Amino acid sequence: MTAQIIPSRTAAEAALAEAFANGKAGLPGAEAVARLRDESFAAFARAGLPHRRIESWHYTDLRTLMREALPIAPAPTREQLESLRKEIAALPAQSLLLVDGVFAPELSGALPQGVTATSLAAALASGRPELIESLAAAWADADDSILALNAALMLDGVIVEIAPGAKIAEPIHIVYATLGAEPSARFSRSLVKIGAGACVRIDEISLGLGGRTGQTNNALILEIGDAAEVGHTLALTDGRPGSMRLESFLVKVGARAKFDSFALITGAGLVRRQIFKLFEGPDAQGTLRGVSLLRGREHADTTLFVRHAATGCRGRQNFRYILDGESTGVFQGKVIVSPGAQKTDGKMLAKTLLLGAEATMNSRPELEIFADDVICGHGATCGGLNADQLFYLETRGLPPAAAEALLLDAFAGELVDELGHQGLVAAYRAEVAAWLAARAKSETRSAA
Amino acid sequence: MAAVQETIERVKALDVSEYKYGFFTDIEADKAPKGLNEKIVRFISAKKNEPEWLTGWRLEAYRRWVTMREPNWARVSYPPIDYQELYYYSAPKTALGPKSLDEVDPELLKTYEKLGIPLNEQAILAGVEGAGSDGRIAVDAVFDSVSVFTTFKAELAKAGVIFCPISEAVQTHPELVRKYLGSVVPPTDNFFATLNSAVFTDGSFVYVPPGVRCPMELSTYFRINERNTGQFERTLIIADKGAYVSYLEGCTAPRRDENQLHAAVVELIALDDAEIKYSTVQNWYPGDSEGKGGVFNFVTKRGDCRGANSKISWTQVETGSAITWKYPSCILRGDNSRGEFYSIAISNGYQQVDSGTKMIHLGKNTTSRVISKGIAAGNSQNTYRGQISSHRKATGARNFTNCDSLLIGNDCGAHTVPYIESRNPSTQFEHEATTSKISEDQLFYCMQRGLSAEEATALIVNGFVRDVLQQLPMEFAVEAQKLIAVSLEGSVG
Amino acid sequence: MLEVKNLNVAIGERQILNDLSLSVAPGEIAAIMGPNGSGKSTLAYVIAGKQEYEVLSGEVLLNGENVLELSPDERAAKGLFLAFQYPVEIPGVATMTFLKTALNAQRKQRGEEELTIPEFMKRVKKAGEMLDIKPDMLKRALNVGFSGGEKKRMDIMQMALLEPSFAILDETDSGLDIDAVRIVAQGVNALRSPGRGFLIITHYPRLLDHIVPDTVHVMAGGRIVRSGGKELADELEKTGYREYAGESEELV
Repeated sequence: MTAQIIPSRTAAEAALAEAFANGKAGLPGAEAVARLRDESFAAFARAGLPHRRIESWHYTDLRTLMREALPIAPAPTREQLESLRKEIAALPAQSLLLVDGVFAPELSGALPQGVTATSLAAALASGRPELIESLAAAWADADDSILALNAALMLDGVIVEIAPGAKIAEPIHIVYATLGAEPSARFSRSLVKIGAGACVRIDEISLGLGGRTGQTNNALILEIGDAAEVGHTLALTDGRPGSMRLESFLVKVGARAKFDSFALITGAGLVRRQIFKLFEGPDAQGTLRGVSLLRGREHADTTLFVRHAATGCRGRQNFRYILDGESTGVFQGKVIVSPGAQKTDGKMLAKTLLLGAEATMNSRPELEIFADDVICGHGATCGGLNADQLFYLETRGLPPAAAEALLLDAFAGELVDELGHQGLVAAYRAEVAAWLAARAKSETRSAA
Repeated sequence: MAAVQETIERVKALDVSEYKYGFFTDIEADKAPKGLNEKIVRFISAKKNEPEWLTGWRLEAYRRWVTMREPNWARVSYPPIDYQELYYYSAPKTALGPKSLDEVDPELLKTYEKLGIPLNEQAILAGVEGAGSDGRIAVDAVFDSVSVFTTFKAELAKAGVIFCPISEAVQTHPELVRKYLGSVVPPTDNFFATLNSAVFTDGSFVYVPPGVRCPMELSTYFRINERNTGQFERTLIIADKGAYVSYLEGCTAPRRDENQLHAAVVELIALDDAEIKYSTVQNWYPGDSEGKGGVFNFVTKRGDCRGANSKISWTQVETGSAITWKYPSCILRGDNSRGEFYSIAISNGYQQVDSGTKMIHLGKNTTSRVISKGIAAGNSQNTYRGQISSHRKATGARNFTNCDSLLIGNDCGAHTVPYIESRNPSTQFEHEATTSKISEDQLFYCMQRGLSAEEATALIVNGFVRDVLQQLPMEFAVEAQKLIAVSLEGSVG
Repeated sequence: MLEVKNLNVAIGERQILNDLSLSVAPGEIAAIMGPNGSGKSTLAYVIAGKQEYEVLSGEVLLNGENVLELSPDERAAKGLFLAFQYPVEIPGVATMTFLKTALNAQRKQRGEEELTIPEFMKRVKKAGEMLDIKPDMLKRALNVGFSGGEKKRMDIMQMALLEPSFAILDETDSGLDIDAVRIVAQGVNALRSPGRGFLIITHYPRLLDHIVPDTVHVMAGGRIVRSGGKELADELEKTGYREYAGESEELV
């Protein structure tokens, strides 16, 4: 840690520089946006791909893991979009479709009153400075080269605005669809602005059409107005081996707002999910939950920066991992209490079940506290299944495999159940059960 | 309530908020020229009359060091250190090789008396009420760069225990020094350890032979006296098979406006069934209330549980230094070995503490326990940084970590940075951390019963750190408790 | 019925059971009493099949079949039930789900049909009423946040539901107040039947005022040192375990 490292540019970094140089003229946005892109790319180029000497990327060395930068997917053609009609017929109402990172309003469902959706490109062209400022998301904690790369190369995305006081009964879905068999890269940046006192749920789902090989760098910015109530879920369940998904999630929580988010990650090559949560106004509540289920050689990293910049906010962070095979789980959670953010109540818990003899878990729950009148705590556990629980279940007649499955299902399910919403709980518990069944099947296969 | 009453009285009896060890001893010193280069390294080695292999070892470390950069990952900030502006060797002129206490410079004796460290064996015996042999402590006193006197050597030798300055051990037990020196903290380990390997001047050496339980507590007392002098001591403790030793170090320095550099290395080796208990009460000068002066304490301490069923336990009470950068660690190599780390780190004024531990589980069924209590007051920053890791083959590894932080006042910061890395499904790691302030209810309760805010705070803090204080040898637990109260003075109201 | 023949058991290097033999006939209630550390809980765990104990020699026959080679769930399916001294908490598993899973797993192993939901609910209701278990408790995660008494009642309720042919109660009375002891004892007494044997492990004679045993064995130093009828328990109430202390101390 003491020798000086002057990194030379990797092939992937060189390819990204070339892609930016060649492509930037064609990217949306007027002069101010072009400047933002240039500055962002310069920041990325200075830092390069994050590596193990960057504290927040210590356990996900992208410089080593990302061997090549795939060509950026071209914007889908009208014909390609039309060809999707059949595939998306089953999507729920109020679905906003992003195809290879490009918003396709013509394929998206009708929106209720109080909700508008436009494409990022249109928003950037609109010259509405407040939108561009929101999109730039120049937050102190979000100083990250992958996010900078996203700002430089953002091709499109969706801007959703929820009117103040609007109570939206049905969830709004942001649906990521992928075209084409050719492995390619996608960069999208979306923004959801939620007015004061509004009430809404945003569900992010993926539609594995052409399969999620390739590289995705998405950013979603959520601005939650005062006293709004917002639910959010994200399903990262359709990845393929070899794929890489970088997800940045930025949430700004207004005064007295309530925010609750859940994500399920089942595998998929390489996943890095980074969440920047900022309590901006006093007396808000925010909960982040996540379950990661990994097998094979999958690698999933969830990294949180939770900043309490206002007084009296309550933050809950609760994450669980089940790691089988040779998989690697990473949990980093940094809870920061700014000077003056008195009466902060912040808690974080990361629990891991390590099943595979070759699996690895790295956790780093951090507290950084600059105010004295706070109650903050974190816990982390890592280990195998509890032998006493297994024995107890077996004495009640459950065969070992069934006992194990019951405990695994309960371990992941406990967090899912906290979602509270019946339909969501059922859907996510089904995903967990499917993962466990697939695992059991591959175990039987390898035992045979 | 008796304990409470006692604590109150103790708190009341304490000195005012002065660093009471801040005096300077005017004594003529033998110094090397200022600055660092190969010539200085050779000079130190020649002063100590070292064999050629050790001179070479130092030079290799020096050459490595010039290629290295200071680490910057810790949460501490300080002005750049000009390594060429320091003296790397300073010894009281009269201190070289006293055979008995009569030959020790009376000024030095006075210094240690003032510090509460009597070097006179008779006085020690007389001073301990109802002294059984258990109440005695053998002391190695290190003044700037050299060891000035070691007590109870003869009696320890009877038990077969070697306790002497490391420079002496190089002469008298070269085979042991050569075998173990650098075997836990290699000369290439990190910037400060490498610097230490090049220029270390003295320190303590302990060897406890197989099956021997060291008959008394061993202790080293470090004193930085000279201006602009770096202190680079090196301690090496070996507990052979089935041996046991308990060791304590204490540290103070005069008040000075400029910063003093302290970069020590401590290596512990526990062979099969051996146990080493290492306690530190660190009270280097922390700087004044404006953040001026104070010791920069960059220390590498590591224990190697090399043998099966061995145990190493670190206990530290850190109240001093402007900057603390230290992570006493255990490498749990032997099967069934155990590592422990108990820490109280108190920061006040403009102190910056970045301290914690590493527990590296390599052997089977290894266990470790980490209890850390951080207390931040004034404008200080107090960080716990700890790493717990298990190797693929470390089946049955267990760790329990608890780190609690207490904030006193609104201008300080308390931080927790644990790294938990598990590579074995039979590993059980548990980590918990909390940060809070002293509850208003507790304060009010104590004040209603007549304690001042400061007394109440000291009382509550003593409760907060009790788990760790209990790990200290009795005599030092009392000393540490007083220190805690003193270092928190001025933090309330 | 249960027969234990010349059982020697060690954990690590320490031998805990020394050539222990014991027989409990169908319909019989046998009590094992003894000082702390005499090996009572070890005996219960070994019969139920806990892994960390090493059986050096001997046999455990359940209804004539040696069960030592069977896994804990197979023993359960053969009709063996252990009520734990410390029932285990299982977060995230609703008690009701657990009961259904356990009952059906045993039925499946025995080649029986799964119970219909109404039939299952009927049985749960009956067992729950007998042990004063509120429906609300069944919705919570198994044993999580239950009081000591609730946990013990839950274990006996499971016994009622699973209808074992042989049940071992390991210190079921420990930590219970007198009312809870009475409820638990009522539950056990209701399950007494000519075909069902019980082994009641207890440190205090008071449980045996509520569940009257047919035979009483005193265990010390990892073996049965005395056997007799209910009167032996009454005698222990007066004398304590002092005269057996020497035998168990060597184990400590």
